[in-house]
Amino acid sequence: MKSFGGEVIFLDRSDINTDEIIPARYLTEVKKEALKPYLLEDLEIDGFDLKGEKLQRAKIVVSRENFGCGSSREHAPWAFEVNDINIVIAESFARIFRQNMFNCGMMAIELAKEQIDSLFALSAKGDVLAEVDFAGKKISFKVAGEALTLDFALNEFDAALVEAEGWVGYADSKY
Amino acid sequence: MPQNIADKIFAAHLKDQPFAGTNVLSLDVVMCHEITTPVAIADLEYRGMDRVFDPTKIKAVIDHVTPSKDTKTAIQAKILRDWARRHDIKDFFDIGGNGVCHAIFPEKGFIRPGYTVIMGDSHTCTHGAFGAFAAGVGTTDLEVGILKGVCAFRKPASIKVVVEGRLGEGVYAKDVILTIIKELTVSGATDHVIEFVGSTIDNMSMEERMTLSNMAIEAGGTCGICLPDAVTLDYLWEFVADDYDNDKEKALADFKQWHSDEGAEYAKIIKIDAAAIEPVCTVGYKPDEVVALSTQQGMKVDQIYIGSCTNGRLSDLHAAAKILIGNKLAPGVRGIVSPATPKIFDEAMKDGTMDIFRQAGFCVTNPTCGACLGMSNGVLAPGEVCASTTNRNFVGRMGRGGMVHLMSPASAAAAAVKGELCDPREFI
Ligand code: SF4
Repeated sequence: MKSFGGEVIFLDRSDINTDEIIPARYLTEVKKEALKPYLLEDLEIDGFDLKGEKLQRAKIVVSRENFGCGSSREHAPWAFEVNDINIVIAESFARIFRQNMFNCGMMAIELAKEQIDSLFALSAKGDVLAEVDFAGKKISFKVAGEALTLDFALNEFDAALVEAEGWVGYADSKY
Repeated sequence: MPQNIADKIFAAHLKDQPFAGTNVLSLDVVMCHEITTPVAIADLEYRGMDRVFDPTKIKAVIDHVTPSKDTKTAIQAKILRDWARRHDIKDFFDIGGNGVCHAIFPEKGFIRPGYTVIMGDSHTCTHGAFGAFAAGVGTTDLEVGILKGVCAFRKPASIKVVVEGRLGEGVYAKDVILTIIKELTVSGATDHVIEFVGSTIDNMSMEERMTLSNMAIEAGGTCGICLPDAVTLDYLWEFVADDYDNDKEKALADFKQWHSDEGAEYAKIIKIDAAAIEPVCTVGYKPDEVVALSTQQGMKVDQIYIGSCTNGRLSDLHAAAKILIGNKLAPGVRGIVSPATPKIFDEAMKDGTMDIFRQAGFCVTNPTCGACLGMSNGVLAPGEVCASTTNRNFVGRMGRGGMVHLMSPASAAAAAVKGELCDPREFI
């Protein structure tokens, strides 16, 4: 399994699309690692600093609705993966992006709007650290002495993909 | 229990249900292009699994950047080309014979009613126009499709969109789908299949239906399906006549098996009055930000792009040419037209359509995705504006800092002549 957990970066907008996550001009790369410097290059939202330390340190993304809409490019999860970000948490995901995440053994976790709101409220207090308990399906968010633990749900197939580190290994052994 | 068309296709292709709600389907067609496939090929090689499940069910094309523009894209093309040769994939289309995937594959008769189709491309939903379940997937799903001929899906619920009545003059399939996306929003159909029905759809050609289905993903839809009928059959006849002993009735009866049953379940039903649809365009960076073109008068444009898997087919070129005939591009406006396939190009040359574009001052490119995704030709400079017949207006899509207004070919042609956005009915 991949390693999950660490510092959280908050992207406060709905409908963040895969062109913003990794622009088409980098799709000529055949190696995942080459995408590393270009993650979120075209994303423009208030308070988001592309060149900032926060993005460098982040291991988890928290965002709003319909995350990862648009193009089917798996370069979007890869751009996160090569930057050591293996979890995106949002209110909802576009189908292809969500599937691509699990297909790579990464996690796209859906939480209710109120829960996402409370995470954004936490982020106002400082840098948020998250610990992930995959077996117990819990994530603890910690900031400035405060902690918030939330349960998450994965369907069985998605959990199996995370454990198998992706769909290729799973499918090859089965079909 | 009554079933809709997506239910029926799922049931007919179900290979495994490893967990409740997870459906592993067998695939009839796996389509490949040179942007998302080379990484899948490289990974298969790395794993020592460089095999294909069935070379006759794999279709491949170099279309996004062709001819190659630099070393990197030349390598991508070469990986796909070498792989197609190595595995004896006969349906591979290269320079001179290549065109935009979602235009050339249907044109070759590869898609049939009831089929399951995947491709590493989000606009694979286009092929739902033939009554198939066709979904865009990422590279890993594509990789497993190539290797095993299967793909896993959660069973999508369906949204029925009923469009009734006659479209007004100057109003096209593009205006219909943009109006639908406005209503559904960019996420309104996520994890759903959109089923397009009603008299307006019945009266549409396959080219128009492909324009509709093409943009299902812009509302988040997994696929956009039209029910296969006599129009579908006419389009496919040269490819399927033998299968049905030259008997159209027999073919139609077979197509009918896929039609949604009376009383089938839908998550939502939306009704649209065709007569009320106006020529529209997008503003901003989301395809659901749709407004009537009549409200955008005076918005200046720098570039016109007519092409893509949405609107680069012959009837699209004809609709634009009808407005361009005897007119010229407004001063300072650049026009690019990219017929979506060699066949469309040839036909547009023969029937004089290309002359009209040339006389209006348009640049004619080879069939390719081109400006649509700003990867090869037709890239905008920061601050520039394009009236485009493509399907995505995301920030940076046609070049960093550029603005793309999506619209029908007629509306784009009207903007070309006027130099600003306008209602195409001014030219009728
Ligand atoms: S024309 Fe544009 S949307 Fe269609 S396949 Fe090519 S890049 Fe994608």
